[in-house]
Amino acid sequence: MAQSPKAGAKTPGRDVFSGTPTPSSTKRGGRRVYMVAGGLTKFAKAHPEMDFRLMCKKAFDQARLDVPNLRLDHIDGTRISYFSDHFSRQLKAASMVQDFLGLNPRGSVRIEWGGATGGECFQAAWEAVASGRMDTCLAVGYETMSRVQTWKGNEFIALASDVNYDFPLGGFYTGYYALMVVRHVYEYVRKTKFANVKDEREAQKKAVEYASRVMAMVSVKNHRNALFNPYAQYPKKLELKDALESEMVSYPLPREDICTMSDGAAAVILCSEERAKEFCDNPVLVKGVGCGTDTMRLSDRPFGKVLLMPHEKASDYTHLDYPGVHSFRAGRAASLEAYGHAGIENPNKDLQFIELHDAYASSEIQTYEDMGLCRYGEGYGFVERGDPFLKGLDYGMDVPRAGASPVNPSGGLIACGHPVGATGLMQAVFAHWQLQHKIGEKFGSDRLQIPNARRGAIHSHAGTGSSVTVSILERVKA
Amino acid sequence: MTGENMAKPQSGGKAKLRRTQKFTEVQETLQKEGAAIFVDKQGTENLYIDFPYHVNYLHSYAQDTPFFLGLAEGRLRGTRCESCQYTYATPRTYCQFCGGPAGWVDLPLKGKVHSWTTCHYGSEAFLKETPYNLVLVEFEGVNSILLSRLKACTEEQIYVGMPLVAKFASKPKYLITDVWFEPAPGAI
Repeated sequence: MAQSPKAGAKTPGRDVFSGTPTPSSTKRGGRRVYMVAGGLTKFAKAHPEMDFRLMCKKAFDQARLDVPNLRLDHIDGTRISYFSDHFSRQLKAASMVQDFLGLNPRGSVRIEWGGATGGECFQAAWEAVASGRMDTCLAVGYETMSRVQTWKGNEFIALASDVNYDFPLGGFYTGYYALMVVRHVYEYVRKTKFANVKDEREAQKKAVEYASRVMAMVSVKNHRNALFNPYAQYPKKLELKDALESEMVSYPLPREDICTMSDGAAAVILCSEERAKEFCDNPVLVKGVGCGTDTMRLSDRPFGKVLLMPHEKASDYTHLDYPGVHSFRAGRAASLEAYGHAGIENPNKDLQFIELHDAYASSEIQTYEDMGLCRYGEGYGFVERGDPFLKGLDYGMDVPRAGASPVNPSGGLIACGHPVGATGLMQAVFAHWQLQHKIGEKFGSDRLQIPNARRGAIHSHAGTGSSVTVSILERVKA
Repeated sequence: MTGENMAKPQSGGKAKLRRTQKFTEVQETLQKEGAAIFVDKQGTENLYIDFPYHVNYLHSYAQDTPFFLGLAEGRLRGTRCESCQYTYATPRTYCQFCGGPAGWVDLPLKGKVHSWTTCHYGSEAFLKETPYNLVLVEFEGVNSILLSRLKACTEEQIYVGMPLVAKFASKPKYLITDVWFEPAPGAI
């Protein structure tokens, strides 16, 4: 038996971790990049009438309607995204998309980065234009998840966990997110709100009950927002009680706290400044991009110091081991990079809305904290006060601060669906329409339009938080 | 693609495929007949075929081999960085902080629940095992944690901090499931 270090000993390893520099990117070069148009198919359980190529074409053609002067030969190249070769059962499917769209022989590459595939595709297209390699780049992505039965689909997704150490234990992403939120509740609810409850089991049960109700509030918010989004897969007038009482999938995550499998495609057209002026009188500037990563396995996450936002202090987190399994360091790193690039100091003040990757109601709450919308540990209170809700919508409950910091006005993944390779691009399309102030025109109702939206963020997230992208979009037109 | 799952040709010309307007019936029909026509709301016909895909991988554990051989001997082996001493419960053969080599060490066979869940559903491969408990185990003096199954207790009994003991399969399958955890005596 080898000797073990003392419990809780500050090993040199931890010090090395704590010294990890925060991402810094304010000096980034490159050209200004603008989004001129976006399009998408409705997200659905299945689209039997369209294969992946036709879905991509429909999304692309819809985007082109907004830029009638942009001809096919203006597209200098593409970045094409889909997550899983297992769902496609067609290797080099991206080549078939390129082919179907009539864009040969221009440059193209397939982008895959787990759940963040769409967000990475957006940033890859940004890079193509920012670098000067292209003046106009199409980012298009899809997923066709209806091709297998739901539980088989869950197995494909779980193959995006370590197949030596994680998958054979019962590979199931809802299970992994449940592990993370149980610890999140322990750190931030058990140790605070229920600190005085002596019996450990009872204290933890009460903490989870409290957190479950807050997660159900998030699910209600997103499903009810989606009532006004015609592209959403599962809009519904969900009641808090029904969300709470929906079937348990992995404790403490019930059915309504979890996104679904979907078929769908989304497309985004990015241009240089010169081209953007030529094609569009209301382009949106991609003001900042950021990407962060973390260990593939939850079990390898360090217990170190928080990567601080400009509006936070180390003394806010004296007793917090970070990120552990309760927070997403990749999301924090991506946010820091994107905020630095865009010159954002306080996201609550500088962003009018956020479309974030709510694969689970729990991860939406964890992500508020990673993105600095509230401090670590304040995510539940942020929801209870109503900050991420929209003003003027009926949620069947009291949300006093609705409109303070709208999150997922579109309905997010929970209500829109999650065709993985399209999801991050879907967020860009919705954000684009928000910033063009065109939600009324595009959705047939302006109930989801954030008044005077000038700047928004999109957030795309992979694995158990193994990679995350954040991009900042800004309205240019006065 | 293999031939046996394809639609069987009908004698006398045109194949008579089952038509369905319920998407839920497509899969069921494919399993029986190998092909089906889904008629959507617009009346458009969409031909579906069954498309099986089976693979047997030659999967080497490579540098992680000592961990899995260790399980077969009732040993739980982690690694420790030779330069910075960071100790991994889930082995990494090179340190994630300093990049140096990490050597094998035996982990204690006792730990505590760091976090847990009970899965009432799972991937297809594990559906028949539901409900099952997943647990992240922390060990005294070890910097990182280990994902495992938690057995011999009910969902209501589990809590963060519960003391655990490791158990090993008598007949190893050389999978991570060769080790699991149970509540320590007196913990429940």
